[in-house]
Amino acid sequence: MTDLQSRPVEAHRKEPRGSRPLLVGTSTILVGGLSIVLGIAAMSGGIASVSISWLLPFSGLQFSADSTSGLFLLMNGAVGIAVGTYSIGYYRHSHSGTFSLMMLPLFLLTVIAVLLAGSVTTLLLMWELMAVSSMLLLLTEYRKKEVRDAAQWYGALTQLGFLAILVGTLIMSGGSAGVFSTLAITSHHLSESLRDLVFVLTFIGFGSKAGLVPLHVWLPRAHAEAPGPVSAVMSAVMAAMGIYGIMRVDLELLGHGPRWWGVVALSVGAVSALYGALQASVATDLKRLLGYSTTENMGIVVLAIGMSMLLGGYGQYELAAVALVAGTYQLLAHAAFKTLTFLAAGAVHSATGLRNLDLMGGLAKRLPVTSSMFAVGALGASGLPLGAGFVGEWLLLQSLIHSHFGSSAPLEFAIPVAVGVLALTTGLGTAAVVKAYGVGFLARPRSKGAESATEVGLPMLAGMAVAAVGCLAVAIAPALFNGVLTSLMTVLYRGVSVSPPRLGAILSIPGFAGSTSPILLAGSTVILVVLAQVAISSFGKTNRLPNRDANLWACGNGILGERMQYTATSFAEPLQRVFDNVLKPEVGIEVTHYDESHYLVERVRYSRTIVDSIEDRIYRPVLRGFLWGANLVRVFHSGRISRYLALGAAGLFVVLVVSH
Amino acid sequence: MSVPSVTGTLVQIVGAAAAGPLLIGWTRQVRAKLEGRQGAGVLQPYRDLRKQFGRQSIDPIGTTMVFAVAPSIMAATTLMAAALVPLVTVISPADRIGDMFAVVGLLLLGTVSLVLAGLDTGTAFGGMGASRMTTILALVEPTLLVAVFALSIPAGSTNLAGMVANAARRGDLVLSPTGALAVIALLIVVLAETGRLPFDNPTTHLELTMVHEAMILEYSGPRLAILEWSSGVRLLVLTGLCANLILPWGIERGTGSVLSLCVATAAIALKVGVLNGLVASFEVVVAKVRLFKVPELLAGSFLIGLLAVTASYFVGSQGR
Repeated sequence: MTDLQSRPVEAHRKEPRGSRPLLVGTSTILVGGLSIVLGIAAMSGGIASVSISWLLPFSGLQFSADSTSGLFLLMNGAVGIAVGTYSIGYYRHSHSGTFSLMMLPLFLLTVIAVLLAGSVTTLLLMWELMAVSSMLLLLTEYRKKEVRDAAQWYGALTQLGFLAILVGTLIMSGGSAGVFSTLAITSHHLSESLRDLVFVLTFIGFGSKAGLVPLHVWLPRAHAEAPGPVSAVMSAVMAAMGIYGIMRVDLELLGHGPRWWGVVALSVGAVSALYGALQASVATDLKRLLGYSTTENMGIVVLAIGMSMLLGGYGQYELAAVALVAGTYQLLAHAAFKTLTFLAAGAVHSATGLRNLDLMGGLAKRLPVTSSMFAVGALGASGLPLGAGFVGEWLLLQSLIHSHFGSSAPLEFAIPVAVGVLALTTGLGTAAVVKAYGVGFLARPRSKGAESATEVGLPMLAGMAVAAVGCLAVAIAPALFNGVLTSLMTVLYRGVSVSPPRLGAILSIPGFAGSTSPILLAGSTVILVVLAQVAISSFGKTNRLPNRDANLWACGNGILGERMQYTATSFAEPLQRVFDNVLKPEVGIEVTHYDESHYLVERVRYSRTIVDSIEDRIYRPVLRGFLWGANLVRVFHSGRISRYLALGAAGLFVVLVVSH
Repeated sequence: MSVPSVTGTLVQIVGAAAAGPLLIGWTRQVRAKLEGRQGAGVLQPYRDLRKQFGRQSIDPIGTTMVFAVAPSIMAATTLMAAALVPLVTVISPADRIGDMFAVVGLLLLGTVSLVLAGLDTGTAFGGMGASRMTTILALVEPTLLVAVFALSIPAGSTNLAGMVANAARRGDLVLSPTGALAVIALLIVVLAETGRLPFDNPTTHLELTMVHEAMILEYSGPRLAILEWSSGVRLLVLTGLCANLILPWGIERGTGSVLSLCVATAAIALKVGVLNGLVASFEVVVAKVRLFKVPELLAGSFLIGLLAVTASYFVGSQGR
């Protein structure tokens, strides 16, 4: 961190590094285009399944695509195009090698492969390829210790998650190659307890990819340390792949399960959403804040999926469809606004060398386009009307409010709590992005890096503009996504006829009163803002003096210094105090006395760091136990061959006895 | 979209816009009388507005577009709320455009723009007010939505016209545990949203205790006038909504005659006047609570909202 801040980042004025960035960018755009073409093909009737048996022994590879894959392919492609355009500019100034640069299009290709996988073995293989390529992407700046740490956390959790998925899906396929189309039928013949086991294992595995609490610890680190375009694809595409896994395996292949599955998904989603929002609202590192916001949004999506499972379990298929559409829409919105905000954060980093909000400020004047782009993304992340996140949250709230579980009193009580959790998440999420934009981009610069920043180049701005168009489309034109979501419903709810919510100019839910219209709200608000501006400048103008610049009010003390401004830390201080019990910040007070007298204080040093309390309380003890166990085992590592041979023989003996 | 419904909606937008400052004057006057002062008269806010509109506007050095546009966003969202909330009529063409969640979101959007304006100035006061306001609004959200949830259950809809029409049809919602508890929770939240005591002191002159006033400290002239006017209209709309949700009598329900519109307007004026008179008298006897006591107050009102929802399952579930 200190290394980053002290290095004067004049990088983007350096000579372009040959044609490599252009090559990387164009190939990423091409892969994105391929993904969109495949997505459209999958949407309009699906792609016929292809089987390549010679490539992999025993099971071969199976590829097929339906509208679930299609939706994710489209999303992946759109993100790819935005990020590809952006990286032409971004990588011109980075010091990363060709190898890690070329991983970006390759990573998107592996994502396409995961989405096209038509059997369990293919899915597992491609999933692992995706994990490895994302790992290499994350390690772009491997010389920094923070990056290596983040990669270690990511590697450990992603492999644990993979293990869970591996065991879960292998149990489900029961020895066969696990072609999805046959699996959807055979999985119903599994015993009840095996199905439960499969659900738990795959939910854990895919949940770790989506960054759900408590498996989220890798996410804020990895998203913070990766380069700008990589954070964007990791957040918008890879986290969404966790959701794809849950939809594909737990919703489609496993089919209807017992009601507690829904309750588990609902609660894990609610806790993740709230915890992510809370950590984001007190974070001071811009990219870490955005990383926690990924956990928050994936939590909302999983909450919606859980609600959909629960409603389906109670036979309320209409509302179940609403909840699922809400979750999917939130996923689309998240891909749009998170791509945009991460790209903008990357632009800020390449222009100022800063990630710490406490040192930013004044960027709205110095990076006007980047700042406006970030504002569009932040409005989407806040879930307020006019922003991209509003439609998804509105639909989810509708499905919560209209649900009723007459026979189950605990559930009837849980739903208003879920509404409260969702509302608090929105409130805290709004606080987080208000802080990010207000402290990071407005006011006056708080450091040299922020003061000397200049706007980034055209390719980067164009990449952000693509993402911003996506944000606007999601925010005001939900009708565009109507067809996509309807065909998704027919895949996920086979055999049940449902009429999904109507997403037109006016959103409404069949069978229930209540509607809202994002486009009319946005349009009339914008018109009224313009009218109010006109009113301000024209009313009473005849005898008024023209506007005048003046110094800020400093209680009569002259000019205000930069240090007198509120920082991200001080802005979030009241919230941090309110949630002290959950956040458990580490506070250190160090008092130095004069040598002459103990009563005279020379210096008081106060420090406060907010750590991830889940990481502290769950992972640290586990890691300590692990190390303790490893130390125990080390006793046997004496280095003497004879001893190892004896141990080997003893082990073989034990195995023979047990297996006999 | 019939002529009477459009007339009703226009009456309510224009009425709210015109009467906002009067309401502020009225609460100040009630308060002054109860404190044994003469008071400036109920029309004083209009005189203030006229004065501020005639004054020069100051652009504090270093501020951006955000500072310049925030008052207009505040005004626009407030007017949108005035169009969407059924104050005079329940048959409004605007009703389908936005439900209660949209209204809540729009008002939040207005507040967020002010918070950003406070941060944009880069003064300690601006930041202080912004930080406090953000804390309060983040904590207000759960209570607000749970109260809305409770009130939407009997009506089966989150659209405000549906809720108010249902209350008007039943007539006894004020007596049901759901209605009463939900409106109490909602009222507490409205006090927080509009910056009234015990959350924020609208008449404070001590910077260190300010919330709303600290954010708008750098505003002057016409921009300040628009802000002051907006907060009056906002108070009117929100208290009017609270009043209509439990006591919807008098509201226009589709007859479309001029007489019924007049009755409805008079009824809402009376309801809002009485409710705000009560709020003003309440403000005479309470003190502002510390910022760090606010969460406790809001947690209490969240629990009331939760009780309201639960009560609706066991007691008054005839509407479902």
